[in-house]
Amino acid sequence: MSIAMRDAFGKKLVELGVTHPNLVVLDADVSSSTKSALFGKAYPERFFNVGVAEANMVDIAAGMATAGLRPVVNAFAIFLALKATDQIRNTICYNNLPVIIAGAYGGLSDSFDGASHQAITDIAIMRALPNMQVIVPSDSFQAEQALEYALTQQGPVYIRLNRNAMPDLPRAAAISTVKVTEGSDVTIAANGITASFAAEAAELLKKEGIKAEVFSVPMVKPFGIEAIVESVAKTGRLLTVEEHVLAGGFASAVSEVFMKRGISCRFDAIGIEDTFTESGPYIPLLAKYGISAENIAARAMALSK
Amino acid sequence: MSSTVKDLLGDVKRKFNAKELSALAAYFRTVMFETLYKSQTGHWGGAASSAELTTALYFNRLKIDPKNPQWEERDRLILSKGHASVNLYTVLAHRGFFPTEELETFRRLDSRLQGHPSMNSTSGVDMSTGALGHGLSIGVGMALAARLKGQKFWTYVISGEGCLNEGQSWEAMMSAAKYKPEGLVLMVDYNKVQLDGTEDEIMPMGCLASKLTSFGWHVAPTAYNGHDTASILDSFAWMDSDDVWPKAVIYDTVKGKGISFTENKSAWHGAVIDDDSYAKGIVELNADLAKKEAVL
Ligand SMILES: Cc1ncc(C[n+]2csc(CCOP(=O)(O)OP(=O)(O)O)c2C)c(N)n1
Repeated sequence: MSIAMRDAFGKKLVELGVTHPNLVVLDADVSSSTKSALFGKAYPERFFNVGVAEANMVDIAAGMATAGLRPVVNAFAIFLALKATDQIRNTICYNNLPVIIAGAYGGLSDSFDGASHQAITDIAIMRALPNMQVIVPSDSFQAEQALEYALTQQGPVYIRLNRNAMPDLPRAAAISTVKVTEGSDVTIAANGITASFAAEAAELLKKEGIKAEVFSVPMVKPFGIEAIVESVAKTGRLLTVEEHVLAGGFASAVSEVFMKRGISCRFDAIGIEDTFTESGPYIPLLAKYGISAENIAARAMALSK
Repeated sequence: MSSTVKDLLGDVKRKFNAKELSALAAYFRTVMFETLYKSQTGHWGGAASSAELTTALYFNRLKIDPKNPQWEERDRLILSKGHASVNLYTVLAHRGFFPTEELETFRRLDSRLQGHPSMNSTSGVDMSTGALGHGLSIGVGMALAARLKGQKFWTYVISGEGCLNEGQSWEAMMSAAKYKPEGLVLMVDYNKVQLDGTEDEIMPMGCLASKLTSFGWHVAPTAYNGHDTASILDSFAWMDSDDVWPKAVIYDTVKGKGISFTENKSAWHGAVIDDDSYAKGIVELNADLAKKEAVL
């Protein structure tokens, strides 16, 4: 079990503050939750807590970026993606400003707070915006890599972070698609923290004699799809998994590429159906909405028949 | 004649007086604290802050019928600071909207008592909230609907100062000042502590009363004490004293009110209640309840 992404991200901000004198961090009265408070403590003069005003915060960051600073804005993913959409689109993306949007409490990870706080449409929104890059790290190491990568970019990057401590996955040298298990029967492409459930599913499938090739795919835009295409050429079967509504998210992105290239395969997608979610403990809540090793294994098995 | 909170809860339909409301609120605090402790999630600070306000509304003022929660002529209450859901649920349950036993299911999987109020899940909840900043605009809409339909219900919006940080709150204030809908009241639960720190550290409000006045609101000439139920009843009398709209009342409150070590502490905004804090806290809350029951 790793430390939570938010803790890793907060610590990484502090570390990068040393090497990046232009790095500034903004928060909207949730810095004790997002852990951007760590940066605020280390560099009070480069930290701006603007109150519960996400839209305002994003445009302040935009102004800073035009004048040579490298802002990272922090708030709950749902409120960045939905309350500050106009500012992110019309100021940040339209002008291709290098602002890093750190969406905390992504997916269902703010589990007890319920539907009002759970970000289930952020990936669809962010990936639809021209110039925006979208990263959904699968563990805290990838969250750190995402931040390092984003700081090398000349335009905006959205990083979706998770609230809770989740398992560590195999690492790659830079943020990219990672093969978690090797297999030849079915490909499982998992986005974000769903990758650890997919890895567990591969173990269950092994017992049934099915060899699943599991990938963790953090880069949604630009899309880390090539390894998946290669794998499906071998398996002929693809199951995608995401902590997001199926409309417009990861499965949609995969389908767009496959349809365009004329790749046909047996296909299934696990994600939140067209419904609002609810309050509850995180792991059982994920399971209720289809994200569990058991359900991934069952659906992969059905594909393999 | 001495009575207990239990006696009071035997007949919840009548209008309670200041002392009774005070005892009820003290009791509801114990229920809230226990509910949050048992569920190991939820927001104590803001719920403790609005305990007397919600109690006074539901047990003295609101025109409501728990048997007919969708009654068209009912007064509306929007808890714009939706994170204080445990406060709203506790008051609604004891007022008869749903069984008090159900409070135990707070924030559990499959519960009707969602983390933040959800109008399609819970009887008595007039509007879903949780994302801060929406409440006042929605209140303007409800009050305008009452005007258009010739109905006489009032719309009360409870907002924290953190909730007022959102730009939308100020857009709503301008709209309300433009349309002046009858029966619209903004009640500010002004505890001066947000999630991350004090209002001075996070977003200083300056003189809130003059801001509201300059935005065109009819603001109560004094701030009321939001934990003194007699003071709250005085504020209700002020609401009834003229026909000028929209009205705003600022209540001085204390975040985490009722437990010495949680008062005025942003750390207790949403902290999980550990065993030790529960043991110490519940003693203080019970002592306060006993004191208030003794003078009934
Ligand atoms: C749009 C939005 N941004 C952030 C949050 C997270 N949040 C919950 S409560 C809170 C502070 C609220 O302060 P206040 O309104 O003063 O409430 P109180 O002190 O009475 O609890 C914040 C920032 C939220 N619920 N909604």
